[in-house]
Amino acid sequence: MTATATPVARASRAPRSSGYPPRRPDRGRRTGWPLTLALALCSLTVLAPLYVTVVMAFKTSEQSVDGNAFAFPAPFNPASFAEAWQLTRFPVSFSISVGVAVLTVALTLLLSSLASYAIVRYWSHRFFRWSFVYLLASMFLPFPVIALTEIKLTALTGLDNPLGVAILHAMFQLAFSVLLFSAYLRSIPVELEESARIDGATTWQVFWRIVLPLLGPMIATVGIFAFLASWNDFMLPSMIVSDPTLQVLPVVQNIFQSQFGTNYNVAFASYLMAMAPTIVVYLFAQRWVISGITQGAVKS
Amino acid sequence: MTTTTTAPAAPAARVAAPPRRRRHGRPEPIAYLFVVPALLVFTAFVVIPALVGIFYSFTDYVGFGDWSFLGLRNYAALLGDPGIREAYGFTLGFAVVTVVVAQVTALVLAIGLSKRIRFAAGLRAIFVIPMVVSGIVVAYVFNYLFSNTLPAFASAVGFDPLAQSILGNPDLAWLAIVVVSAWQTIPGALLVYTAGLTSIPGDLYEASSLDGAGPWRQFRSITLPLIAGFVLINTILGIKGYLGVYDVIVGLTGGGPGNATSSVAMTIFGGFTGGDYAYQMANATVFFVITVLISVLQLVVSRGRNIRL
Repeated sequence: MTATATPVARASRAPRSSGYPPRRPDRGRRTGWPLTLALALCSLTVLAPLYVTVVMAFKTSEQSVDGNAFAFPAPFNPASFAEAWQLTRFPVSFSISVGVAVLTVALTLLLSSLASYAIVRYWSHRFFRWSFVYLLASMFLPFPVIALTEIKLTALTGLDNPLGVAILHAMFQLAFSVLLFSAYLRSIPVELEESARIDGATTWQVFWRIVLPLLGPMIATVGIFAFLASWNDFMLPSMIVSDPTLQVLPVVQNIFQSQFGTNYNVAFASYLMAMAPTIVVYLFAQRWVISGITQGAVKS
Repeated sequence: MTTTTTAPAAPAARVAAPPRRRRHGRPEPIAYLFVVPALLVFTAFVVIPALVGIFYSFTDYVGFGDWSFLGLRNYAALLGDPGIREAYGFTLGFAVVTVVVAQVTALVLAIGLSKRIRFAAGLRAIFVIPMVVSGIVVAYVFNYLFSNTLPAFASAVGFDPLAQSILGNPDLAWLAIVVVSAWQTIPGALLVYTAGLTSIPGDLYEASSLDGAGPWRQFRSITLPLIAGFVLINTILGIKGYLGVYDVIVGLTGGGPGNATSSVAMTIFGGFTGGDYAYQMANATVFFVITVLISVLQLVVSRGRNIRL
């Protein structure tokens, strides 16, 4: 709700926003322990499924079928991980997932930052205004709408593989990313670039050496959104990738739904291995991730 | 401003080039090169498939081989198809219920976190975790809880209605999908509301409490009016997202029992294996029109407001 801030003020303020709002000075009131306790209880709804995943992963298959998900593993059985590792071909599917997500992020950042820069700087020109509207159209297009033709198209062009998934993931991030970048770029004063141009820099140099560094916080935001959307997606890769041996991590989890129906301990070991990477990274970088997501959610 | 040295070292020959005014001049050729790659791939991978799909929705194409025009017959058939009607009914009902559950919970949590409490940062970090985990994996975990742990618990305390897995009950399975979808999407809404709440000046609350306003009165007269825009946008975006529900259903019920929890996305995907390709493209086109209507609503509402997700 701060749209009225001057462009200069916004540009200088944006990079230091940490995502943590300044604590409201509730003078005269003491710390609300009852409220803290109530929220802590609510947080159990988030923690309980994660706890269940961890304890289930360390149970024996006999113990895992008794339905008592919250019980502690007895005896302690770490062998499920080895089995899950082999069944899901973890190193392969993990690497493919990483590759798809990284490529999605790279493609999204490259295409949307370049396009947004030209769109914002030449907004007065019709071509760029219309490009903006055109690119935003994908906000109107959920994947299910074009899924059937997409399956045919990727099969036809030899992109029915992780590469095709990354390209499509990037396409579906494009509208949102262009929106974020262009909103942010409007707040960067054009004078900075003009002085560089007077010193003889080309448009390309201005973009790489001046605009891109200023985009830093938004690059993080767009990157986080693109990474999470790609890394966690099941629908698109399950439709597009035709070779099951090239499937991404979330999709290979479905083998436990059929073949290994009662080996819950192995299934949960696999779920844990699928969930752990992002949760661990998130816990270490949570300040940064939350601030990035908040900036994306509320274009400031 | 004219002699700042922030510019990178440029080749000597270029320094002589006369400075031009960029803001109102004609775009240089390279500016087009910045936009054209995005336009091209977007056209090739999104726009053309969409147009081709809409085209086939007017034919009897089965995914391969010959086809002929049917006009609007696929659309007419959609209207009379009970399976399709059920899918739309389920998807819309699910979207509305889930958006209410998720938005109310997120708002309550955000208000709680904005008060003076201990461990606010830590608690918020926990509440955001669902945002970083894969929906299908979470659904598999909940699948076990709903089909094994909950019935075991219910029969232990003697509560018979839940002694059977709710995932196998056509009347209750949708509840599980609401729970998991809300679980997954509350963090995003929570962060938006947190940002909205911090934009409210603290003196408003101080002044109102001097006038004798209690917490409920403060919520109704200060908090709610000032974050109404956030609530509206969150709701529209939420509904739009929930309409495409797929992953969570695959992980929980697979659309069953029967077709009780089959969403629109699932019926569309059925067209690839079911041989009714063109028919499902008509279905997809209808779904597209509904999404466009919701998106237009979103743009109208968000104009002048600062929030998009």
